[in-house]
Amino acid sequence: MTNAATSDYVEPRFDEVNRDILRTMLETGRGYWILLGTTVTVAAGGFFAPWFYQIHVGVGAAGMNRSAVWGTYLSNFIFWIGLSHSGTLLSAVLHITQSSWRKAIYRSAEAMTLFSLMTAAMFVMVHVGRVWFVHWSFPIPNEMELWPNFRSPLMFDVMAITTYLTASSIFIYMGSVPDFAAVRDNSTGLRRNLYTIFSFGWRGTDREWFTLGWAYTVFAVFVIPLAVSVHSIVSWDFALSIVPGLHHTSFAPYFVCGAIYSGTAGIVTVMYLIRRFLGLERYIRALHLDNLGKLLIVLSLIWTYINVLEIVTTLFGGSSYELEALKFRLFDFYGPLYWGMILFCAFVPLLMINRKIRTNWNKMLIISILINIGMLTERFIIIATSLPRKFLPDSFGFYFPSWIEISITIASFAVFATLFLIFIKWVPCVSIYEVKETLTPLRRARK
Amino acid sequence: MATLLEKIREYRRPGYFERYDYRWTMAIDLDRCTGCEACVVACQAENNLPIVGEKNYAMAREIKWIRIERYWVGEYPNAKLNFLPMLCQHCDQAPCETACPVSATYHNQDGLNTQIYNRCIGTRTCAVYCPYEVRYFNWFSYEWDEPLEQQLNPDVTIREKGVMEKCTFCIQRIRDAKDAAKDDGRRQVRDGEVTPACVQACPTEAMVFGDLYDESSKVYQMYRNPQRGYRVLEELNTSPSIIYLRRANGDDERSDV
Repeated sequence: MTNAATSDYVEPRFDEVNRDILRTMLETGRGYWILLGTTVTVAAGGFFAPWFYQIHVGVGAAGMNRSAVWGTYLSNFIFWIGLSHSGTLLSAVLHITQSSWRKAIYRSAEAMTLFSLMTAAMFVMVHVGRVWFVHWSFPIPNEMELWPNFRSPLMFDVMAITTYLTASSIFIYMGSVPDFAAVRDNSTGLRRNLYTIFSFGWRGTDREWFTLGWAYTVFAVFVIPLAVSVHSIVSWDFALSIVPGLHHTSFAPYFVCGAIYSGTAGIVTVMYLIRRFLGLERYIRALHLDNLGKLLIVLSLIWTYINVLEIVTTLFGGSSYELEALKFRLFDFYGPLYWGMILFCAFVPLLMINRKIRTNWNKMLIISILINIGMLTERFIIIATSLPRKFLPDSFGFYFPSWIEISITIASFAVFATLFLIFIKWVPCVSIYEVKETLTPLRRARK
Repeated sequence: MATLLEKIREYRRPGYFERYDYRWTMAIDLDRCTGCEACVVACQAENNLPIVGEKNYAMAREIKWIRIERYWVGEYPNAKLNFLPMLCQHCDQAPCETACPVSATYHNQDGLNTQIYNRCIGTRTCAVYCPYEVRYFNWFSYEWDEPLEQQLNPDVTIREKGVMEKCTFCIQRIRDAKDAAKDDGRRQVRDGEVTPACVQACPTEAMVFGDLYDESSKVYQMYRNPQRGYRVLEELNTSPSIIYLRRANGDDERSDV
């Protein structure tokens, strides 16, 4: 780790690290409450109210129809699962490769994983017709001896996502234990008691550090294949069907790559906001942005490659069903949306080849948001342009989301933001102890 | 343990499904189909299909377990209209059956592809996977105005919102016939004892229903028709149970056989 990335950078002292980061938890300004109030209101009014209305009348409140029985809900589900991908995966990969630049950003990235997974899970419930029976998709022993269908890709999904959610929760908790102890040591009253429980009585002995490091590495190794498998499995929901436009062998890598891509862009966005509004400029720095920018370029190139692959293999294949679906995707009503997505996800990220752009916070914020808009569109296009062009021309249809779907889509960001805002007041959003690991030890600094 | 392994091995044998009790099959002679849609109406009455209303119909949300697909051949002065009655094909290798996470759709001992409304949670995956698009979703709970609810068929349940439904080959009639056969002390239902509503209603007798295992049955004779018999989207390898007899006059798109 080169701390002297910029010459005017002054390394924080250990006590300053504690103070700066704990301040984000312990001091709450008015802006925070206004923001939280807004997100809660939007989530309640834009997400939950339309959803409850939809539960009341039936899924017909959304714009789906016979040939397009899947719609925005499912595409948002994939989007949120995708967004969840970078956090834990990136954190684990960087931990194993010992890239110390991860240390300032991984906590918020992992939180992003957790909360986007929760939002995604919520979209499954919004999607299904009878949400009150959704627990039937879990293998719960019952008196009728009915089991879920283990051949179903949706069943794989349930398994993969619950495993991933559990693993990510444990991963983030495990990494936070020493920080919970730091919170405990810096607070009084109820909070102190609470964090005593959270920190499992952490004392900071050598043995504890050793066990934590060892357990954390083992867990990181465990999480990496899991993260790859989750989005592969999500892609099989589509690829295991025989629907033209969905039935591609390249779907698993396509989804995994897209997921990491949008997740990394999401991390850039979240990092910008945390840095800006919690005053953590000394910890989240241009160095991190630079590295993430390089990663984004690589991912965008892979993503573009797979997109080209999809079109070219369809053309080579020459199946009339596939060609019809491809034509509908590229040149029909949703054509402009498709080319917009190509612009945002394949061309705009190329700007990051320029180092000046890559290390500029504002420009990176815009690029990262554009990438995620593109990825949201991509998921929508996959569904909305494949299902209405299946096999029998008589059943060709068209899908356009209703206002309920649009409202739920937009407000899902408020749901995510609410969860995240609550999180930053409960857990230090930058890892205190790992930031300290990257600093010059105290005695040498004072020399 | 040995018996269990034996059972699994047996199950893995290709063509395991051939040992079902019946192999219910329908043959549709497209030469005889006039597109009158009597079958559609009969099905509506028999199976308590809801009327979805004008707005939902315009949004392609109608529920018709059998529909008449229309395909135009040729340009205006010489245009011809071909009809293709489309209903659940009761595929032996049904894509929908593997898709359902709660096993709400499965193959039963009669070789039918069945749908359990009570078990369905409405993920709609089966409808996505179905290449024939013959699965219909209850976007709302529909109601029958008085006195229309008096004419509902008591043998068939009413489906609530959020449930997938589709053609059952009038499973209630199959059950009736099997019960009657059992009462008579017979093991099998005889040919002609089961008639689904659409077959019964067809004025030109374009549709024939029966057991394919019974080699004397009418449907078996039609199934054996080498010149005209084909199955829709056969190349997808779903092995559907419905056999279509293509038009004999040769103006069909696929008259190359």
